[in-house]
Amino acid sequence: MLPGSHPIDILRFNTCGSVDDGKSTLIGRLLYDSKNLMEDQIEALERSADITGGGQINLANLTDGLRAEREQGITIDVAYRYFATPRRRFIVADTPGHVQYTRNMVTGASSANLSVVLVDARQGVIEQSRRHTYIAALLGIPHVVIAVNKMDLVDWSEARFREIREQFEAFLPRLNVLRDVKFIPISALNGDNVVDPSPRTPWYEGPPLLRHLENVHIASDWNLEGLRFPVQWVNRPHAPRDPALHDFRGLSGQLAGGIVRAGDKVLVLPGGLRSTVRQIHTFDGPLAEAFSPQSVTLLLADDLDVSRGDMIVGADHLPGVGSDLRAKLCWMHQKPLVRGRKFWLKHTTQTVQAVVTTLESRINIATYDEEPDPPQLLLNDIGAVRLQTSKPLVYDGYAQNRLTGAFILIEPGTNLTVAAGMLQPPAELYKPEYTDFAI
Amino acid sequence: MPSYHLDHLAYLETEAVHVMREVAAEFERPALLFSGGKDSICLLRLAEKAFRPSDLPMPLLNVDTGHHFPELNEFRDRRASELGAKLIVRKVEDAIAAGVAVPTPGEISRNRLQIPTLLAAIEEFRFDCAIGGARRDEEKARAKERFFSFRDAFGQWDPKNQRPELWNLYNARVNPGEHMRVFPLSNWTEMDVWEYIRRERLEVPRIYFSHRRLAVRRGGQWLPVTDLLPPKPNETVRELVVRVRTIGDIISTGLVESPANTVDDIIAEIAAARVTERGSRADDKTSEAAMEDRKKAGYF
Ligand SMILES: Nc1nc2c(ncn2[C@@H]2O[C@H](COP(=O)(O)OP(=O)(O)O)[C@@H](O)[C@H]2O)c(=O)[nH]1
Repeated sequence: MLPGSHPIDILRFNTCGSVDDGKSTLIGRLLYDSKNLMEDQIEALERSADITGGGQINLANLTDGLRAEREQGITIDVAYRYFATPRRRFIVADTPGHVQYTRNMVTGASSANLSVVLVDARQGVIEQSRRHTYIAALLGIPHVVIAVNKMDLVDWSEARFREIREQFEAFLPRLNVLRDVKFIPISALNGDNVVDPSPRTPWYEGPPLLRHLENVHIASDWNLEGLRFPVQWVNRPHAPRDPALHDFRGLSGQLAGGIVRAGDKVLVLPGGLRSTVRQIHTFDGPLAEAFSPQSVTLLLADDLDVSRGDMIVGADHLPGVGSDLRAKLCWMHQKPLVRGRKFWLKHTTQTVQAVVTTLESRINIATYDEEPDPPQLLLNDIGAVRLQTSKPLVYDGYAQNRLTGAFILIEPGTNLTVAAGMLQPPAELYKPEYTDFAI
Repeated sequence: MPSYHLDHLAYLETEAVHVMREVAAEFERPALLFSGGKDSICLLRLAEKAFRPSDLPMPLLNVDTGHHFPELNEFRDRRASELGAKLIVRKVEDAIAAGVAVPTPGEISRNRLQIPTLLAAIEEFRFDCAIGGARRDEEKARAKERFFSFRDAFGQWDPKNQRPELWNLYNARVNPGEHMRVFPLSNWTEMDVWEYIRRERLEVPRIYFSHRRLAVRRGGQWLPVTDLLPPKPNETVRELVVRVRTIGDIISTGLVESPANTVDDIIAEIAAARVTERGSRADDKTSEAAMEDRKKAGYF
């Protein structure tokens, strides 16, 4: 191997826990113990330790980025951290645990392969833990680690660890989308079971956290069933010098699902036009096949009128097409959501107008109970809603495909992103007009 | 059986290409900030990946502080013309002459003065989006930066009032007079940049590689001796074998002693490095909050 040519892939994870559960300490510990800190960073830590920490290095300072936060002593937004081991590169979304910051956790979780949910061993499962686990499930995060922290403060008690595990296992079945949940006893402060296995937990047989992060299988986290290619940008050279490019009309985009091969029969939705993939064009030459999440440019055999917002799909695993939608929403704005409000809705590569027609329920994410017919959704509320869009969307249920099942709502005028939406599976799938299509 | 899985560079590439195409599709008048430095060199390759065989659907824009390494400007101009891209250069000294940028008495560094110069250029061409090469791993204040970073009519960044960014759904909407900074390399590290340069066989300016240069020791680092930075009477000038790790102004870019002559050498050096890349920039040392202050004012 060439020097420095290390990691083979990227794992994205987020950390969540209540204030003071030890998130910042844990991330600092991961960076510190995996030797991802540089001298000037350590120096800066030591400088601030002299001023504020009474001489002790505070690992949490590594991730508490903004001055306002340092002043308030809390993390207020999502920050991203990067580190690497010889096996993997890691992108960490550091999301705060305050009750009112569901919005930030949803944001950090949206693109994560894995969630680390911290609990304080002394407190065990609290309302926050149930919230965080709910959000991990709602956002469809494929892998979850429950890190039972501060084990040093409960004398490394196996019984306490098991008790907390049982507390979780009592409600996890209600979140049946969570299939891969691991429990690890740690002390972020001292580094036990973070990077190196701890001699103080001989009863724990699993790997330390970092070893698990390095090995968890993420290759199948992307949806490879059912081609989904949202057309992002039409690539049509103006006045090309090369005459061969006069008729070049490429459809550029990132595969949001599935695999495409040259020669594949495809449908362009919502219009329903049919064609064949003539070539998969890239800057580095044509490809025989491409898969999600690659970015490519498709050339079709027929000169169809296709534009941004259209979706190219394959013959099997058809999506839904419709403008009457049901979804879970995380409301992210101070101003409450009430029925009848209009927004811009961005889904894959298209932005349409949408109106929230019904607030079906508000979900209490601590008890998981659904309260029907809420008058409004408040900041950080999660609810089930119905929406009507000005144009049909080509979509999947979020549980089937995180990219074609997700949307955001934008408030007209202020242009603020006010909600994250996760679509329910379509009531029926698109039916091609010609049944011979599959042949 | 084929493996349908992307390695880290391919993943970062497809993410960045997606971002570039969103810019082309959603903005009317985007620009790409190109300095000739290593990060913006990667941006140009990503633009080729996103848009070829079409022409790049945006001009390149550079703010010339007048304190650039001459090698950098030569490279910038040549690369733009090789790509057939339109290059717009706006100079800090012109902005000073026009009263747009006002130096404080005795201020030699032009770092701060880039800000009004850039904002004036954005206004002049009515750009609604500027793509930049900043990375989140560079500095703590940047760790919270979005891919699509909203700037108000004064070009300011408000860290407390950022739009949440979910999945790969970027909210690109701005009102007239406002604009967006877009950072396709948000998730890249210094190592990724060099590995990408190696994989793509990208040319970079010679000053990234080992060369001889006259330098003086100031504030714990080696600075290049030039007309702009003459040695003080008590300083000894040394001729060193050095390279630059990150390029700022010629008066504040720390030189690292290095024999690294190839991209492979540089990658090996970074793998073994014990200080971050910004550790070699004098302008960042001032205070931990230095970057945060400049960002709020509209720094790149
Ligand atoms: N005893 C003990 N204290 C810890 C541990 N992890 C974190 N702490 C302390 O708990 C407090 C809160 O930690 P911090 O990382 O700031 O929590 P955050 O709010 O979740 O980011 C700090 O005083 C830490 O030193 C641990 O494993 N054991």
